[in-house]
This record gives sequence, C-alpha cells and structure tokens, in this order.
Amino acid sequence: MTLDNPSTFDFDEPSTFDLGEANVVEAGTAPGAKRSAKAGVAGSVLPPLAVGLFIVGVWYFISLVVLDPKRQFLLQPPHEVWNVGFADWKNFSTMLEGMWSSTKVAFWGLLIAILLGFLLAIVMSQAKVVERAIFPYAVVLQAIPILAIVPLIGFWFGYGFSSRVLVCVIIALFPIVVNTLFGLLSADQGMHDLFTLHKAHRITRLRRLMFPAALPAVFAGLRISAGLSVIGAIVGDFFFGQGEVGIGQLLKRYANRLEGEQLFASVILSSALGVSVFLFFGWLSGKLIGKWAGESRGR
Amino acid sequence: MTFPDGTRALSDVTLDVAKGEFVTIVGPSGCGKSTLLKIASGLLEATSGEISVDRDRIGYVFQDATLLPWRTVRRNVELLAELHGFTKEERTKLAEEAIGLVGLRGFEHHFPRSLSGGMRMRASLARTLTLKPPVFLFDEPFGAVDEITRERLNEETLRLFEQERFAGLFITHSISEAVYLSSTVHVMSTRPGRLVASFEVPFGYPRRPELRFDARFAELCGQVSLALRGAHS
Repeated sequence: MTLDNPSTFDFDEPSTFDLGEANVVEAGTAPGAKRSAKAGVAGSVLPPLAVGLFIVGVWYFISLVVLDPKRQFLLQPPHEVWNVGFADWKNFSTMLEGMWSSTKVAFWGLLIAILLGFLLAIVMSQAKVVERAIFPYAVVLQAIPILAIVPLIGFWFGYGFSSRVLVCVIIALFPIVVNTLFGLLSADQGMHDLFTLHKAHRITRLRRLMFPAALPAVFAGLRISAGLSVIGAIVGDFFFGQGEVGIGQLLKRYANRLEGEQLFASVILSSALGVSVFLFFGWLSGKLIGKWAGESRGR
Repeated sequence: MTFPDGTRALSDVTLDVAKGEFVTIVGPSGCGKSTLLKIASGLLEATSGEISVDRDRIGYVFQDATLLPWRTVRRNVELLAELHGFTKEERTKLAEEAIGLVGLRGFEHHFPRSLSGGMRMRASLARTLTLKPPVFLFDEPFGAVDEITRERLNEETLRLFEQERFAGLFITHSISEAVYLSSTVHVMSTRPGRLVASFEVPFGYPRRPELRFDARFAELCGQVSLALRGAHS
C-alpha cells in the first residue's frame, strides 16, 4: 500500500531525513488516507515522470552500451533523436507539414465518421427491426482488415486524399455507432413512460430524452474514435500516398533510408497527436456534461 | 388484465375515485398494483374492461423520482409544462410555485445527483404539480426513502391534497401510510390481483400527524393488516 511513499524507507536510515515523526504517526494508522492525501500534483506527475526517466535510461543503455557502435543506427540515443529530429528545423518542418496533412485527413475522417455514426445510431434507435437489420453490417465493416481492401479502395477512389479519409472513416466508425446506440437506448423505462404519458412527439423524445441521455456514452466513443482516426490517417497515408506527403509517407521514407532519428521523432509526433485529440475530447466531455454526469475518469 | 405470456395480473377490479377522494390500494409486492396504475394512466392497455380517466393532464408519480440527470431541479420541474407546450414565462411561474409548495426553494439550480432521495422525490412531486392535474396517480412513490423522510413526505402529500383536492389513487405496501393518507383503503390479493376488502377511513381532512397515535387509527391499521393476511393465504 505504501510502497509509493519514499518516506517508508526512513525506518532503515532515520538519521538522514527528519521525517521520522510524521512517519510513525501515519504509518500504522491509515495508509489509505495517506495515499489520498499525497495524491496532489506531485502524486500525479512524479510517478509517470519516473517511469519516463527510466525508459530514457534503458534507451540510452541499449543504444550506447548494448549496441555495437556500427549498429547504433538501429536505436539512436535520445539526444540524437532530439538533435536530428526536432532541433534541426529542416527535418522538423518536413515532419510538421506531414503532421498537418495527416491531421487534416484525421479531421475529415473523424467528422464523416461522427456524422455517419450518429445517423446510423439514431436510425437504429428508432426501431428494433432497423437495429437488427443494420447492426450486423456495422460489425462486418469493423471486421474487414484494411489491408485486404486496400487494392479495392485504390481502384475505386484513387490513391490520394479521399482514399486516406475513407480508411480513417472505416476505422473510426464502429465505436461511434456502438456507443451512440448504447447511449440512446440507455434512458430508463420510467423516463420513457413519463414522456409517453404526456404524449411527447418522437422528435421531442429524441431531443429532450434520448440525446442528452446518450451524451456520456457518445463521449466515451468519441475518445476512442478520435485516437483511431489518427491511426487511420497514418495507415491511409501509408498506402495511398499521392498528393500531399503525410506522416505515413514520411515513416516509410525514413524507414527506407534508415534515418532512425527522424523515424523516432515522427513516431513521437504522431502519438502526441493521438494523445492530444484523446485529451481534447476528454476535456470537452468534462466541460459539457461533467456537471451532471459525474467526474470524468479520463476514460 | 392478461399479459401475452399468459400471466393474469388483474381480475375483476372495479374502482371509483372521485375528485376530492384519496383512494389507496395496499397489497403485497407483485400483486398487480402497478399494472392497475399503468392501465389507469394509459401506459398499458387492459385486455378487457373499461377505464374512464381524464388523461389530458394526468399526474403520475413514479416509484423512482425519474428526474432527468442533465437538468437542474428547476428545469426538471418545468419539463411537463414544456411537453404540454406552455410558454417560457408560464413554465417559470408554474415551476416556481410548485418548487415552493414542496419546499425545495434554494435548490432550484442543483442537479439531481447532489440531492438526497427525499429531495428528489419532492422535485418529482413538484414536476407533477405544475400541471395542476385533476387526477393524481402515485405508484409507491415513497418506497425507497427512509422512514423519517417518508413520514414527512406523507405530511406534504396530505397538505397538497388538502389544498388541491385532486382525485388521488395511491399505491403502497405500507398500511399506516395507506390509512393516514386515504379516504378509502382497498386491499388487493396476489395473482391475479383482486380487491378483497375495502375500508372507509372515518377521519376527515385536514389531518394532523398526531392521528398516527390515535387508538382508532391503530385499530383500523389492524383490520387492514388482517385483511391483507387473509388475502395472502
């Protein structure tokens, strides 16, 4: 329970730190209380930071000690990644342009997936028979390996922007459909009875009851799909590289040229994009429904 | 009333509730009390029989408060007026009145999740009151709150009844609640639900909480209890 608290070690060397007294009082009584009391900024920032430093340490160890200097290109040390990938403006600006192109793809893909997903979920929520008719195809769409239909998409939509967006939509659609549908159907029977008693119109019921009730689940779906849309944009760019150069093309290029530093830098950049859209929807969810839906638990 | 799966929930229930009357049905869980209310309100259709209720502005207080969690107390109370197409000014006025009546003033801007069970029930009552319904159906509304809150909500329900003089049909499995509130108490048996005994409650309105300690009150409760036991065996 208290392993995350460094002061527990004071029992072994009480003379070095002057925390002994606080320790004795707390240690025996309520480890739980102590845990929560420490969970301030330091508590939430320090542990992941420590893990981060550890990873960087292992990284250095492998690339400087384990790897033979001739094979160091397999894993360049972190400062090289920084120097070549981020600090060198020529490289970095290329990556930023790639990021921008892929962000646009992810944006349009996500937008279309949201509109289409909402539409499908709303239609399915209106009658069980419609749900039964459509749902299996949503599952099928989800189950199609993108790789298998790459040639088809290429034939039909070309090897440019629209195919990239399409890949994005296919990948991001399913969680939106499922979560929105689940949310729309989540309002309890009593509330539905209330609306029935007062002869609420179908549209009124949808607007006043089912939409708001769906919001928590919708946001859960959006957070998943937002991350997926970034993946979709990169995967799409990887296969359909005509036109603007996106991050997928860059990854391919760096890998072919064995430019490990840039490769690493673009991987870091793209995951940063994924994380930031995830955080954005978490923030938006807290802003819009946090007041009544309870604490958003960062899910 | 027979459900599609063959369950016979109600059989031969004849019941009149006039304006200014408070009729309660007491019965064990699963005897079809709620089914009866659902039929009365039109949520369910009876397989046979006749119902005549003014359903234009029916007041239905559910077992749970059924407040919309995304609306504040005020906006929740306004909901029915909204569904019935009242203007914003009318809604605000009706909601303010009703919130005052149930003693929730000061909590207008709270969300349901920050209210206690009793307060939620009050908000639910207030929501029903905004329509000034001539018929009030109560489906075991105070079953989930603690005894102390329940007694207080009983007082408030009585006060509302004394003021508004609606036709009340109340369902409960608490005998003392039934006797305390009603002008007539019906006892219902289990499946299929039938009315097996009826008691006129001899106390007039307004009633005071002290009534609960009256010997005649206790005696009547005893009789209802006996009838209930008879219905069970």
